[in-house]
Parts: sequence; structure tokens; C-alpha cells
Amino acid sequence: MSQAMTGTPHRFSPGQRVLHWLIAIAIIAMLFIGVGMASTITPIHLVLISWHKPLGIAILLLALLRLVLRLRHGAPALPADLPEPMKLAAHLSHFAFYLLMIGMPLIGWGMLSAAGYPIVLFGGMQLPAILPQSDGLHALLWDAHFYLAFVFFALILLHVAAALFHALVRRDGVFQTMAPGPTHDKAAPAE
Amino acid sequence: MSPSPRPFSLGPLVLIAAVVGVGAAAFAYTAGWFSPQRLTPDKIVDALAPPGGPALGHRRNHAKGICFTGLFEANGAGTALSKAMVFTKGQYPVLGRFNLATPSPGVADATVRVRGLGLEISTPDGQQWRSATIDAPFFPVATPQAFYELLTASGSKEPDAMKNFAAAHPEIGNFGAWAKSAPWTGSYAEERFNSINSFVFVDGAGTEHVARWSLVPAAQPVAVPPEELAKRGPDFLEQEIVERVGSGPQRWTLVVTLANPGDPTADPSKAWPDDRPTTAVGTLTVQKIEAEADGPCRDVNFDPTVLPAGIRTSDDPFPAARSAAYAKSFDRRTAEADDYPRTSTGAKP
Repeated sequence: MSQAMTGTPHRFSPGQRVLHWLIAIAIIAMLFIGVGMASTITPIHLVLISWHKPLGIAILLLALLRLVLRLRHGAPALPADLPEPMKLAAHLSHFAFYLLMIGMPLIGWGMLSAAGYPIVLFGGMQLPAILPQSDGLHALLWDAHFYLAFVFFALILLHVAAALFHALVRRDGVFQTMAPGPTHDKAAPAE
Repeated sequence: MSPSPRPFSLGPLVLIAAVVGVGAAAFAYTAGWFSPQRLTPDKIVDALAPPGGPALGHRRNHAKGICFTGLFEANGAGTALSKAMVFTKGQYPVLGRFNLATPSPGVADATVRVRGLGLEISTPDGQQWRSATIDAPFFPVATPQAFYELLTASGSKEPDAMKNFAAAHPEIGNFGAWAKSAPWTGSYAEERFNSINSFVFVDGAGTEHVARWSLVPAAQPVAVPPEELAKRGPDFLEQEIVERVGSGPQRWTLVVTLANPGDPTADPSKAWPDDRPTTAVGTLTVQKIEAEADGPCRDVNFDPTVLPAGIRTSDDPFPAARSAAYAKSFDRRTAEADDYPRTSTGAKP
């Protein structure tokens, strides 16, 4: 992560915060749509699948944009008094989030490609296959997509718990770095 | 913003636990973990398995089959019904599969009453129309739930299970009558294959037409008693179609039938009256047969909801259920490919 800007920002940039909350809503919706569509044979199954694919591609594009902003603007430093294991957990979880945000849509896209399905977004718009048709690849990617969805949701629960812990128990300003709303902190020259 | 020492309070921790707990519970509810009665794709696919368990690596139903390739030649008449390119006059490549409605790929051909045809037509706009049709004129039951109950009843050891099922779902009587009285033939090429389910065709002006369709064979069906078919080899249908297509392409006319207002579009166990308007929209030509193990249809899921823009699902609940169950079958069998080995490594000429 580069800190190209002078000094460390106190909050994530407005663009990063908007993207965080937008992607958060999209991913949580996506995970619920995913487990819902896999659990039923009623006509809602087809409706949920038709939402799952374009939403996945939207998340992929937003996550790539977010990665660019993260590399350009960096992230506010964690409080100096935060115990080292918690700092490590924070850094690892953010790394895992980027892997999953970008990886899950690609795995899903690859899985449909390996199955030989047309990849229809909406209104007849189609994406090209990114992998050759292959039963072995399909089986591997299907397993990855399925199990990583639960890993992803568990990570989100952990993330929410940690964010609330910062906001309500430690009250150390970490939650405010990503909180929605205008910047009140005058000591944030990076913005 | 520096943390200030505060008296320890349990409240925030309880709140955090509650947020995480409610989130996890909502997720589990959506996934159906609190709803054991929910009809899942897994339940349907499990219920299809024969008593000895499923044939690993194979489709969970219609497990015995053989691949074909060929052409669909549209005559242009279908453009009045749907804007899909597949109805525009022209020739489009086809991949398909003749099959038998059995979960056991090793059974003798003469023992299976229902025969099927899976079809994938590709058009230059990148779209596909996939379907899976059968030679019965209607489905045994009216709803996916009833189909699951039929599978459960027919696999049950309860002596009265089927009798009780038939009492609750009298529509199955029609299917029983068809199975008993309809003639058997000695060839896939003599079968009429029907979509069974209804779909909505959308034309260029946006007008919707609820339709079913059939593939009507050019070959004249010759009735052969099942006792006679039983004397032929266990794979006589596959051998016959290989020889037949080897000596000349086989053809079917694709006929689209439109529903009248009030017809039972949501219930595939009910045939529509014979006088409904039909349109012949083109000809399917089967040019080449290939064994499934190495054939091009092996890894194709003939999911009837893979539709071009211009055709969509109707109020018939079956295509969604079939799509969910076919995908589950596909997910399982692609993970079991080692149990259904290819006979060559794909280096065939």
C-alpha cells in the first residue's frame, strides 16, 4: 500500500467511503440472493439468478475501482495503542476482503464459462467465456464459489463485530474513518 | 479522539452479539436451514436416484443417451411469434442428445417408456435456445411439488404409497393411460418430441404469445409391441439411430402451438385442445451421431431456461424447477467425471 500523499489521512477519502458502503450493500444482497437461489426450485430461483449475475459483475467493477483508490489514497493508520494481534487481524481481513470481492465474481464467471452456459446479464447482453468448457474446472470452481460464499459471510460478520467494537467499546475513531457523512475532522488535510 | 477510560459496560457487547446473531440467523433462514420442508434442488435430485444409488458421473435422470449434431433450418414463419434470431430464415448449428427417461444408464432400451430429446440451437448473435423434450404428450403431474411426491411414492416401501399418491393427484391417471396405450416404436427417429411446458414467445412488436412446441418426425412411425422390442439388444435404439443417420440425415419439423386465452398454460399435465393454431417454423436435421462418453453433448446441461431474447418462461412452474434440478445434477456429475471415464483422451479425428 503506498502512502503517496503527504502524511496519513485521518479518514478514508469520500470516494472510498461511498464505494465501501455501496459495495457492502451489494455484497450482502449478493450473498443472500446466492444462498436463497440455491435453496429453492420455485420460480423465484430464476429471478434471483437473473439478479445474481449482473450484480456480481457490478461488484467486480466497483471492487476494482476501489482497489485503485486504495492504492492511490491508502488507508488511515490504526490507533497506536491497538494490540498487535488486532492490527494483524485488521490487515489480513482487509486483504481477504479484496481477494473475495474481486475473486468471487471471477470464480462465478469462470464457473459458468467452464459449464458452457451462455453468460447472460440482462436484456440479452452477454459476456464472453473466460475459460474453456471443462468438467474438472467447473467442479473445482463450483466448490470454490460455494464454500467461499460462507467464508465471505463469516468474514463480514467478523468485520461488523469489529467495527462495532471500535465504535461502541474502544471508541478509538476507527469506525469514523469509514463512517458515512461529511468530514468534521479539520485535521484531515489529505481530504 | 483518544480513547478515554470508561466504566465497563455489558450493553455494547450484547448489542454486537445481537447484530451478529441476527445477521447469521437471517442468512441461515434464507439458505433454508430452518425450513426442512422447503423443496430444494438437492431433494429433487436425491429423490431421482434408483434404489442402489445414483450412477456417478451421469445425469441424474435421462441418464442413458447418445449425442447428435446437425442443423436447424428456420423457414422464417416463426418471426411472427418471436423476435429471437433462431426464427429468422437461415441455418443454425445444433447439438443434441437422444435419451431415455431413466436414472440408470445401463438399463435395456426396451424397458424405458419415455424417450427424450435434448436440443441446443446456437445463433450468430451468441444466443442459445436449449430445451429438453419428451415423447409423452403431457407430464404425469401438475406441479413440481407433486413430481417430488411422485418420486418419493414410487421409491417408497409402503405398499399403498402409489395408490395414495394417485388418489391425491388424479391427473396421473391420464399419463398412466397414455403409457399403457400409446404405441412403442423401434427408433428415436420415429418419435414426436414435445416441450410439455409452456413458454412465452415475444415478437418484434412486443406482443406475447404463450406457446408449447413439438418436433414432429418426418419418418413414419411404425408401432412395434414392447415384447418384440425386448428381444432386440439392450442398446437397440442407439444402434438403430447410428445406422439410420449413417445412411441419411433424419428430420423433424418444429411446430409451435399457441394457447387460447384460458388454456392451462401453467399445468403441463393438461394437453391443450387439438384445434389450437400451429405454425411450422423450421426443420431439425440430425446429421451425425456420437457416443456420449466422448461426445459433444456429454457436458451440456439441456436447461430449458437457457432461452434467447424473444422467448421467456411462462406461468408454468416447471422450467424453473427443472433448471434448478438440472444444475444440481450437472454440478454433481461434473465433480464425478472420473466415475464416467472418457474412452479416448479427445484425440479422435
